[in-house]
Amino acid sequence: MSKPKIATTSMCGCFGCHMSILDIDERILDLVELVEFDKSPITDLKEFTGRCAVGLIEGSCANDENVRTLQKFRENCDVLVAVGGCAITGDIPAMRNNIPLQECFNEAYLDGPTVYNPDKLIPSDPEIPLILDRIYPCDEVVKIDYFLPGCPPSADAIWAALTALLTGQPLELSYEMIKYD
Amino acid sequence: MSETITFTIDGVKVQGAGGQTILQAAQDAGVYIPRLCAKEELSPFGSCRVCTVLVDGRPQTACTYPIAEDMIVESDSEQVAAIRRDIIDMLFVEGNHYCMFCETSGDCELQALAYRFGITAPKFPYMFPKREIDMSHPEIFIDRDRCILCARCVRASRDLDEKAVFQFVGRGPDKRIAVNAESRLVDTNIDVTDEAISICPVGALIRKKGSYAVPYGQRKYDHEPIGSDIEKARKAE
Ligand code: SF4
Ligand code: SF4
Ligand code: FES
Repeated sequence: MSKPKIATTSMCGCFGCHMSILDIDERILDLVELVEFDKSPITDLKEFTGRCAVGLIEGSCANDENVRTLQKFRENCDVLVAVGGCAITGDIPAMRNNIPLQECFNEAYLDGPTVYNPDKLIPSDPEIPLILDRIYPCDEVVKIDYFLPGCPPSADAIWAALTALLTGQPLELSYEMIKYD
Repeated sequence: MSETITFTIDGVKVQGAGGQTILQAAQDAGVYIPRLCAKEELSPFGSCRVCTVLVDGRPQTACTYPIAEDMIVESDSEQVAAIRRDIIDMLFVEGNHYCMFCETSGDCELQALAYRFGITAPKFPYMFPKREIDMSHPEIFIDRDRCILCARCVRASRDLDEKAVFQFVGRGPDKRIAVNAESRLVDTNIDVTDEAISICPVGALIRKKGSYAVPYGQRKYDHEPIGSDIEKARKAE
Protein backbone atom coordinates (compact mmCIF):
# COMPACT_ATOMS: atom_id res chain seq x y z
CA MET A 1 0.00 0.00 0.00
CA SER A 2 1.36 3.40 -0.90
CA LYS A 3 1.73 6.05 1.76
CA PRO A 4 -1.11 8.53 2.33
CA LYS A 5 -0.48 12.00 0.98
CA ILE A 6 -0.70 15.30 2.76
CA ALA A 7 -0.90 18.75 1.26
CA THR A 8 -0.32 22.14 2.86
CA THR A 9 -0.78 25.74 1.85
CA SER A 10 -0.19 29.19 3.26
CA MET A 11 -2.84 31.71 2.21
CA CYS A 12 -3.28 35.00 4.10
CA GLY A 13 -0.94 34.08 6.93
CA CYS A 14 2.67 34.79 7.83
CA PHE A 15 4.15 31.32 7.22
CA GLY A 16 4.57 30.98 10.97
CA CYS A 17 2.34 27.91 11.03
CA HIS A 18 4.54 26.25 8.41
CA MET A 19 7.54 27.12 10.57
CA SER A 20 5.77 25.39 13.42
CA ILE A 21 5.26 22.30 11.22
CA LEU A 22 9.03 22.24 10.67
CA ASP A 23 9.44 22.72 14.40
CA ILE A 24 8.49 19.08 14.97
CA ASP A 25 12.27 18.66 14.58
CA GLU A 26 13.51 15.10 14.11
CA ARG A 27 9.95 13.80 14.19
CA ILE A 28 9.83 15.00 10.60
CA LEU A 29 11.73 11.78 9.81
CA ASP A 30 8.86 9.76 11.31
CA LEU A 31 6.44 11.90 9.36
CA VAL A 32 8.20 11.15 6.09
CA GLU A 33 7.85 7.45 6.96
CA LEU A 34 4.12 7.95 7.47
CA VAL A 35 3.24 10.22 4.57
CA GLU A 36 4.21 11.64 1.26
CA PHE A 37 3.99 15.41 0.81
CA ASP A 38 1.93 16.48 -2.18
CA LYS A 39 1.11 20.09 -3.09
CA SER A 40 2.88 22.18 -0.47
CA PRO A 41 5.44 24.96 -0.13
CA ILE A 42 7.66 22.23 1.34
CA THR A 43 7.75 20.31 -1.98
CA ASP A 44 7.06 23.36 -4.15
CA LEU A 45 4.49 21.29 -6.09
CA LYS A 46 2.03 23.81 -7.53
CA GLU A 47 -0.74 21.33 -8.39
CA PHE A 48 -2.17 18.24 -6.73
CA THR A 49 -0.77 14.98 -8.10
CA GLY A 50 -3.42 12.79 -6.47
CA ARG A 51 -5.94 12.44 -3.72
CA CYS A 52 -4.66 13.55 -0.30
CA ALA A 53 -5.63 12.20 3.10
CA VAL A 54 -5.02 15.46 4.95
CA GLY A 55 -4.82 19.09 3.90
CA LEU A 56 -3.37 21.66 6.26
CA ILE A 57 -4.52 25.22 5.67
CA GLU A 58 -2.62 28.17 7.07
CA GLY A 59 -4.14 31.62 6.67
CA SER A 60 -7.52 32.98 5.68
CA CYS A 61 -9.01 34.15 2.38
CA ALA A 62 -7.96 37.68 1.49
CA ASN A 63 -8.22 37.44 -2.29
CA ASP A 64 -9.82 35.40 -5.07
CA GLU A 65 -6.75 33.21 -5.47
CA ASN A 66 -6.98 32.17 -1.81
CA VAL A 67 -10.61 31.19 -2.36
CA ARG A 68 -9.73 29.04 -5.38
CA THR A 69 -6.83 27.42 -3.52
CA LEU A 70 -9.07 26.59 -0.59
CA GLN A 71 -11.74 25.12 -2.86
CA LYS A 72 -9.10 22.98 -4.58
CA PHE A 73 -7.91 21.72 -1.22
CA ARG A 74 -11.49 20.80 -0.30
CA GLU A 75 -11.89 18.91 -3.59
CA ASN A 76 -8.61 17.02 -3.26
CA CYS A 77 -8.32 16.29 0.48
CA ASP A 78 -10.32 13.87 2.60
CA VAL A 79 -9.77 15.88 5.77
CA LEU A 80 -9.14 19.61 5.94
CA VAL A 81 -7.53 21.15 9.02
CA ALA A 82 -7.57 24.90 9.62
CA VAL A 83 -4.16 25.45 11.22
CA GLY A 84 -3.63 28.57 13.29
CA GLY A 85 -5.57 31.67 14.24
CA CYS A 86 -5.64 33.26 10.77
CA ALA A 87 -7.27 30.20 9.18
CA ILE A 88 -9.81 29.96 12.01
CA THR A 89 -10.71 33.57 12.82
CA GLY A 90 -8.91 35.72 10.27
CA ASP A 91 -6.87 37.11 13.16
CA ILE A 92 -4.40 39.95 12.41
CA PRO A 93 -5.37 40.26 8.71
CA ALA A 94 -9.02 40.51 9.81
CA MET A 95 -8.23 43.76 11.61
CA ARG A 96 -9.03 45.36 8.26
CA ASN A 97 -12.57 43.96 8.29
CA ASN A 98 -13.88 47.16 9.85
CA ILE A 99 -12.12 49.45 7.43
CA PRO A 100 -13.58 50.11 3.97
CA LEU A 101 -11.38 48.63 1.23
CA GLN A 102 -10.79 52.01 -0.40
CA GLU A 103 -9.40 53.34 2.88
CA CYS A 104 -7.04 50.35 3.11
CA PHE A 105 -5.80 51.02 -0.44
CA ASN A 106 -5.36 54.71 0.24
CA GLU A 107 -3.31 54.00 3.33
CA ALA A 108 -1.21 51.32 1.65
CA TYR A 109 -0.55 53.06 -1.68
CA LEU A 110 -1.20 56.78 -1.27
CA ASP A 111 -1.29 58.19 2.25
CA GLY A 112 0.89 55.91 4.39
CA PRO A 113 3.82 57.73 6.02
CA THR A 114 6.46 55.73 4.13
CA VAL A 115 4.71 55.55 0.73
CA TYR A 116 6.59 56.74 -2.35
CA ASN A 117 4.16 56.66 -5.26
CA PRO A 118 4.54 59.79 -7.44
CA ASP A 119 2.06 58.54 -10.07
CA LYS A 120 -0.57 57.93 -7.38
CA LEU A 121 -1.40 54.53 -8.87
CA ILE A 122 -3.25 51.84 -6.99
CA PRO A 123 -2.21 48.49 -8.53
CA SER A 124 -5.05 46.84 -10.46
CA ASP A 125 -3.29 44.57 -12.95
CA PRO A 126 -5.37 41.50 -13.88
CA GLU A 127 -2.31 39.38 -12.95
CA ILE A 128 -2.65 40.47 -9.33
CA PRO A 129 -5.17 38.48 -7.31
CA LEU A 130 -8.35 40.45 -6.70
CA ILE A 131 -8.55 41.49 -3.06
CA LEU A 132 -11.80 40.66 -1.26
CA ASP A 133 -13.98 43.17 0.58
CA ARG A 134 -12.91 41.60 3.87
CA ILE A 135 -11.01 38.65 5.29
CA TYR A 136 -12.97 35.40 5.26
CA PRO A 137 -12.07 32.72 7.83
CA CYS A 138 -11.71 29.35 6.07
CA ASP A 139 -14.92 27.81 7.37
CA GLU A 140 -16.93 30.64 5.82
CA VAL A 141 -15.71 29.43 2.42
CA VAL A 142 -15.54 25.61 2.59
CA LYS A 143 -16.30 22.94 5.17
CA ILE A 144 -13.42 22.54 7.62
CA ASP A 145 -13.14 19.26 9.51
CA TYR A 146 -10.74 20.20 12.32
CA PHE A 147 -9.40 23.38 13.88
CA LEU A 148 -5.95 23.66 15.39
CA PRO A 149 -5.78 27.05 17.13
CA GLY A 150 -2.65 28.95 18.09
CA CYS A 151 -0.48 31.69 16.68
CA PRO A 152 1.09 29.39 15.68
CA PRO A 153 -0.12 26.07 17.10
CA SER A 154 2.76 24.36 18.88
CA ALA A 155 4.73 21.71 17.05
CA ASP A 156 3.44 19.23 19.63
CA ALA A 157 -0.16 20.08 18.80
CA ILE A 158 0.52 19.77 15.07
CA TRP A 159 2.27 16.46 15.63
CA ALA A 160 -0.56 15.13 17.81
CA ALA A 161 -3.13 16.14 15.20
CA LEU A 162 -1.23 14.73 12.24
CA THR A 163 -0.41 11.38 13.82
CA ALA A 164 -4.01 10.97 15.01
CA LEU A 165 -5.49 11.81 11.62
CA LEU A 166 -3.03 9.70 9.66
CA THR A 167 -3.44 6.64 11.85
CA GLY A 168 -7.22 6.91 12.11
CA GLN A 169 -7.21 7.71 15.84
CA PRO A 170 -9.62 10.24 17.37
CA LEU A 171 -8.07 13.71 17.55
CA GLU A 172 -7.66 14.58 21.21
CA LEU A 173 -5.73 17.68 22.16
CA SER A 174 -4.46 17.99 25.72
CA TYR A 175 -5.14 21.15 27.77
CA GLU A 176 -1.76 22.62 26.93
CA MET A 177 -2.20 22.04 23.20
CA ILE A 178 -5.18 24.38 22.86
CA LYS A 179 -3.79 27.92 22.90
CA TYR A 180 -4.91 31.03 21.10
CA ASP A 181 -1.56 32.81 21.20
CA MET B 1 -25.84 32.33 62.77
CA SER B 2 -27.62 31.69 59.51
CA GLU B 3 -29.41 28.40 59.05
CA THR B 4 -27.75 25.47 57.31
CA ILE B 5 -29.28 24.47 54.01
CA THR B 6 -28.80 21.07 52.43
CA PHE B 7 -29.14 20.69 48.68
CA THR B 8 -27.74 18.49 45.91
CA ILE B 9 -25.18 19.29 43.20
CA ASP B 10 -24.67 16.61 40.57
CA GLY B 11 -26.06 13.98 42.88
CA VAL B 12 -23.84 14.92 45.84
CA LYS B 13 -25.35 16.39 49.02
CA VAL B 14 -23.87 19.80 49.85
CA GLN B 15 -24.44 22.10 52.80
CA GLY B 16 -24.48 25.85 52.58
CA ALA B 17 -25.54 28.82 54.67
CA GLY B 18 -28.88 30.54 54.17
CA GLY B 19 -28.54 33.52 51.85
CA GLN B 20 -25.68 32.04 49.86
CA THR B 21 -25.95 31.76 46.11
CA ILE B 22 -25.49 28.40 44.39
CA LEU B 23 -22.14 29.63 43.09
CA GLN B 24 -20.85 30.52 46.58
CA ALA B 25 -22.12 27.38 48.27
CA ALA B 26 -20.74 25.19 45.48
CA GLN B 27 -17.36 26.92 45.69
CA ASP B 28 -17.20 26.38 49.47
CA ALA B 29 -17.87 22.71 48.78
CA GLY B 30 -15.03 22.56 46.23
CA VAL B 31 -17.27 22.53 43.16
CA TYR B 32 -16.19 25.00 40.51
CA ILE B 33 -18.96 26.63 38.50
CA PRO B 34 -17.62 28.75 35.62
CA ARG B 35 -18.23 32.49 35.96
CA LEU B 36 -17.21 35.72 34.28
CA CYS B 37 -19.28 38.58 35.65
CA ALA B 38 -19.34 37.19 39.20
CA LYS B 39 -16.50 38.11 41.56
CA GLU B 40 -16.32 37.49 45.31
CA GLU B 41 -15.89 41.11 46.31
CA LEU B 42 -18.70 42.40 44.05
CA SER B 43 -22.46 42.17 44.28
CA PRO B 44 -24.00 39.56 41.94
CA PHE B 45 -24.92 40.87 38.51
CA GLY B 46 -26.08 37.91 36.41
CA SER B 47 -25.17 39.17 32.96
CA CYS B 48 -22.78 36.69 31.34
CA ARG B 49 -24.76 33.47 31.93
CA VAL B 50 -21.71 31.17 31.84
CA CYS B 51 -22.59 30.09 35.39
CA THR B 52 -25.80 28.52 34.09
CA VAL B 53 -26.88 25.41 35.99
CA LEU B 54 -30.14 23.48 35.99
CA VAL B 55 -32.12 24.09 39.16
CA ASP B 56 -34.80 21.44 39.47
CA GLY B 57 -34.49 21.04 35.72
CA ARG B 58 -34.59 24.71 34.70
CA PRO B 59 -31.66 26.85 33.53
CA GLN B 60 -30.73 29.49 36.12
CA THR B 61 -27.67 31.63 36.84
CA ALA B 62 -25.81 30.14 39.80
CA CYS B 63 -24.29 33.50 40.75
CA THR B 64 -27.67 35.08 41.52
CA TYR B 65 -29.81 32.12 42.58
CA PRO B 66 -30.10 31.56 46.35
CA ILE B 67 -29.81 28.03 47.65
CA ALA B 68 -32.87 26.37 49.15
CA GLU B 69 -33.53 23.19 51.10
CA ASP B 70 -33.63 20.02 48.93
CA MET B 71 -32.91 21.95 45.74
CA ILE B 72 -31.46 19.77 42.97
CA VAL B 73 -28.68 21.45 40.98
CA GLU B 74 -27.13 20.02 37.84
CA SER B 75 -23.80 21.55 36.81
CA ASP B 76 -21.47 18.87 35.49
CA SER B 77 -23.51 17.43 32.62
CA GLU B 78 -23.24 17.49 28.85
CA GLN B 79 -26.47 19.48 28.61
CA VAL B 80 -25.16 22.26 30.89
CA ALA B 81 -21.71 22.20 29.29
CA ALA B 82 -23.34 22.71 25.87
CA ILE B 83 -25.13 25.84 27.12
CA ARG B 84 -21.92 27.23 28.61
CA ARG B 85 -19.90 26.45 25.50
CA ASP B 86 -22.41 28.28 23.31
CA ILE B 87 -22.22 31.33 25.58
CA ILE B 88 -18.42 31.33 25.48
CA ASP B 89 -18.54 30.97 21.68
CA MET B 90 -20.92 33.93 21.45
CA LEU B 91 -18.69 36.10 23.65
CA PHE B 92 -15.82 35.44 21.25
CA VAL B 93 -17.67 36.13 17.99
CA GLU B 94 -19.43 39.23 19.36
CA GLY B 95 -16.12 40.97 19.94
CA ASN B 96 -12.75 41.08 18.23
CA HIS B 97 -10.37 38.91 20.21
CA TYR B 98 -6.82 38.99 18.90
CA CYS B 99 -5.33 36.83 21.62
CA MET B 100 -1.92 36.63 19.97
CA PHE B 101 -1.11 40.21 20.90
CA CYS B 102 -3.48 40.75 23.82
CA GLU B 103 -1.75 41.91 27.00
CA THR B 104 -4.02 39.65 29.04
CA SER B 105 -3.48 36.48 27.05
CA GLY B 106 -2.60 33.64 29.40
CA ASP B 107 -4.28 35.40 32.32
CA CYS B 108 -7.63 36.09 30.64
CA GLU B 109 -10.68 34.47 32.21
CA LEU B 110 -12.65 34.29 28.95
CA GLN B 111 -9.77 32.64 27.12
CA ALA B 112 -9.18 30.33 30.09
CA LEU B 113 -12.80 29.21 30.02
CA ALA B 114 -12.55 28.46 26.31
CA TYR B 115 -9.43 26.38 27.05
CA ARG B 116 -11.17 24.59 29.90
CA PHE B 117 -14.02 23.67 27.58
CA GLY B 118 -11.55 22.52 24.90
CA ILE B 119 -12.91 24.96 22.31
CA THR B 120 -10.75 24.91 19.19
CA ALA B 121 -13.01 27.31 17.27
CA PRO B 122 -16.35 28.99 17.99
CA LYS B 123 -19.28 27.43 16.20
CA PHE B 124 -20.85 30.77 15.23
CA PRO B 125 -19.61 33.11 12.49
CA TYR B 126 -17.51 36.09 13.55
CA MET B 127 -19.35 39.40 13.61
CA PHE B 128 -16.28 41.66 13.33
CA PRO B 129 -18.00 44.56 15.11
CA LYS B 130 -16.56 48.05 14.93
CA ARG B 131 -15.48 49.14 18.41
CA GLU B 132 -13.59 52.20 19.59
CA ILE B 133 -10.39 52.17 21.62
CA ASP B 134 -9.83 54.89 24.24
CA MET B 135 -6.11 55.66 24.48
CA SER B 136 -6.60 59.15 25.96
CA HIS B 137 -5.30 58.35 29.44
CA PRO B 138 -1.50 58.25 29.86
CA GLU B 139 -1.53 55.11 32.00
CA ILE B 140 -4.68 53.14 31.20
CA PHE B 141 -6.60 52.26 28.06
CA ILE B 142 -9.97 50.78 27.15
CA ASP B 143 -9.98 48.23 24.33
CA ARG B 144 -13.66 47.70 23.59
CA ASP B 145 -12.86 44.93 21.09
CA ARG B 146 -12.29 42.73 24.13
CA CYS B 147 -15.04 43.97 26.44
CA ILE B 148 -17.63 41.34 27.35
CA LEU B 149 -19.97 43.80 29.12
CA CYS B 150 -19.65 42.00 32.44
CA ALA B 151 -19.92 45.22 34.48
CA ARG B 152 -17.20 44.20 36.90
CA CYS B 153 -15.53 47.58 36.33
CA VAL B 154 -18.84 49.39 36.77
CA ARG B 155 -19.46 47.72 40.13
CA ALA B 156 -15.85 47.88 41.32
CA SER B 157 -15.48 51.58 40.52
CA ARG B 158 -18.74 52.35 42.29
CA ASP B 159 -18.48 50.02 45.29
CA LEU B 160 -14.76 49.45 45.86
CA ASP B 161 -13.12 52.61 44.49
CA GLU B 162 -16.18 54.76 45.33
CA LYS B 163 -15.89 56.73 42.11
CA ALA B 164 -18.37 55.47 39.49
CA VAL B 165 -16.03 55.97 36.53
CA PHE B 166 -17.72 53.41 34.26
CA GLN B 167 -21.21 52.93 32.92
CA PHE B 168 -22.86 51.33 29.91
CA VAL B 169 -24.37 53.27 27.05
CA GLY B 170 -26.48 51.98 24.14
CA ARG B 171 -28.60 48.88 23.83
CA GLY B 172 -28.43 45.46 22.24
CA PRO B 173 -25.53 45.10 19.84
CA ASP B 174 -24.68 48.80 20.35
CA LYS B 175 -24.19 48.45 24.09
CA ARG B 176 -20.70 49.45 25.13
CA ILE B 177 -18.69 50.39 28.16
CA ALA B 178 -18.31 54.14 28.62
CA VAL B 179 -16.86 56.50 31.20
CA ASN B 180 -18.62 58.89 33.47
CA ALA B 181 -17.40 62.03 31.75
CA GLU B 182 -17.68 63.69 28.34
CA SER B 183 -16.47 60.42 26.82
CA ARG B 184 -12.73 60.06 27.37
CA LEU B 185 -10.99 58.13 30.11
CA VAL B 186 -8.49 60.94 30.71
CA ASP B 187 -11.33 63.26 31.76
CA THR B 188 -12.35 61.01 34.66
CA ASN B 189 -10.95 60.72 38.16
CA ILE B 190 -9.73 57.17 37.51
CA ASP B 191 -6.41 56.24 39.04
CA VAL B 192 -3.98 53.63 37.79
CA THR B 193 -4.24 51.77 41.11
CA ASP B 194 -8.06 51.50 40.98
CA GLU B 195 -9.59 48.08 41.61
CA ALA B 196 -11.83 48.62 38.59
CA ILE B 197 -8.88 48.04 36.26
CA SER B 198 -7.43 44.85 37.70
CA ILE B 199 -10.86 43.33 38.15
CA CYS B 200 -11.62 43.24 34.41
CA PRO B 201 -11.71 39.50 33.55
CA VAL B 202 -10.42 40.14 30.03
CA GLY B 203 -8.03 42.57 28.36
CA ALA B 204 -10.50 45.43 27.96
CA LEU B 205 -8.98 47.58 30.73
CA ILE B 206 -5.22 47.62 30.59
CA ARG B 207 -2.45 49.44 32.40
CA LYS B 208 -0.14 50.72 29.70
CA LYS B 209 3.08 50.05 31.56
CA GLY B 210 4.44 46.62 32.41
CA SER B 211 2.62 44.57 29.78
CA TYR B 212 4.00 41.22 28.59
CA ALA B 213 6.26 41.00 31.66
CA VAL B 214 5.40 37.37 32.40
CA PRO B 215 6.80 34.96 29.82
CA TYR B 216 4.76 32.38 27.97
CA GLY B 217 4.60 29.25 30.07
CA GLN B 218 4.46 31.09 33.41
CA ARG B 219 1.11 32.80 33.09
CA LYS B 220 -1.89 31.96 35.21
CA TYR B 221 -3.68 29.54 32.90
CA ASP B 222 -0.78 28.19 30.83
CA HIS B 223 -0.75 24.78 32.50
CA GLU B 224 -3.87 24.39 34.63
CA PRO B 225 -7.49 25.09 33.76
CA ILE B 226 -9.34 27.94 35.42
CA GLY B 227 -11.14 26.67 38.53
CA SER B 228 -8.44 24.11 39.37
CA ASP B 229 -7.70 25.90 42.66
CA ILE B 230 -11.31 25.50 43.78
CA GLU B 231 -11.43 21.87 42.70
CA LYS B 232 -8.13 21.11 44.44
CA ALA B 233 -9.55 22.43 47.69
CA ARG B 234 -12.21 19.72 47.46
CA LYS B 235 -9.74 16.97 46.61
CA ALA B 236 -7.54 17.93 49.55
CA GLU B 237 -10.37 17.53 52.02
S1 SF4 C 1 -9.41 39.54 26.18
FE1 SF4 C 1 -8.92 37.37 26.43
S2 SF4 C 1 -10.03 36.35 24.78
FE2 SF4 C 1 -9.95 38.53 24.28
S3 SF4 C 1 -8.12 38.81 23.03
FE3 SF4 C 1 -7.47 39.14 25.15
S4 SF4 C 1 -6.76 37.13 25.84
FE4 SF4 C 1 -7.97 36.78 24.00
S1 SF4 D 1 -14.26 46.71 30.58
FE1 SF4 D 1 -13.81 44.69 31.46
S2 SF4 D 1 -14.78 44.75 33.48
FE2 SF4 D 1 -15.66 46.42 32.30
S3 SF4 D 1 -17.52 45.57 31.39
FE3 SF4 D 1 -15.88 45.33 29.89
S4 SF4 D 1 -15.06 43.29 30.26
FE4 SF4 D 1 -16.25 43.84 32.06
S1 FES E 1 -21.28 34.58 36.52
FE1 FES E 1 -23.39 34.27 36.71
S2 FES E 1 -24.23 35.39 35.09
FE2 FES E 1 -22.09 35.86 34.99
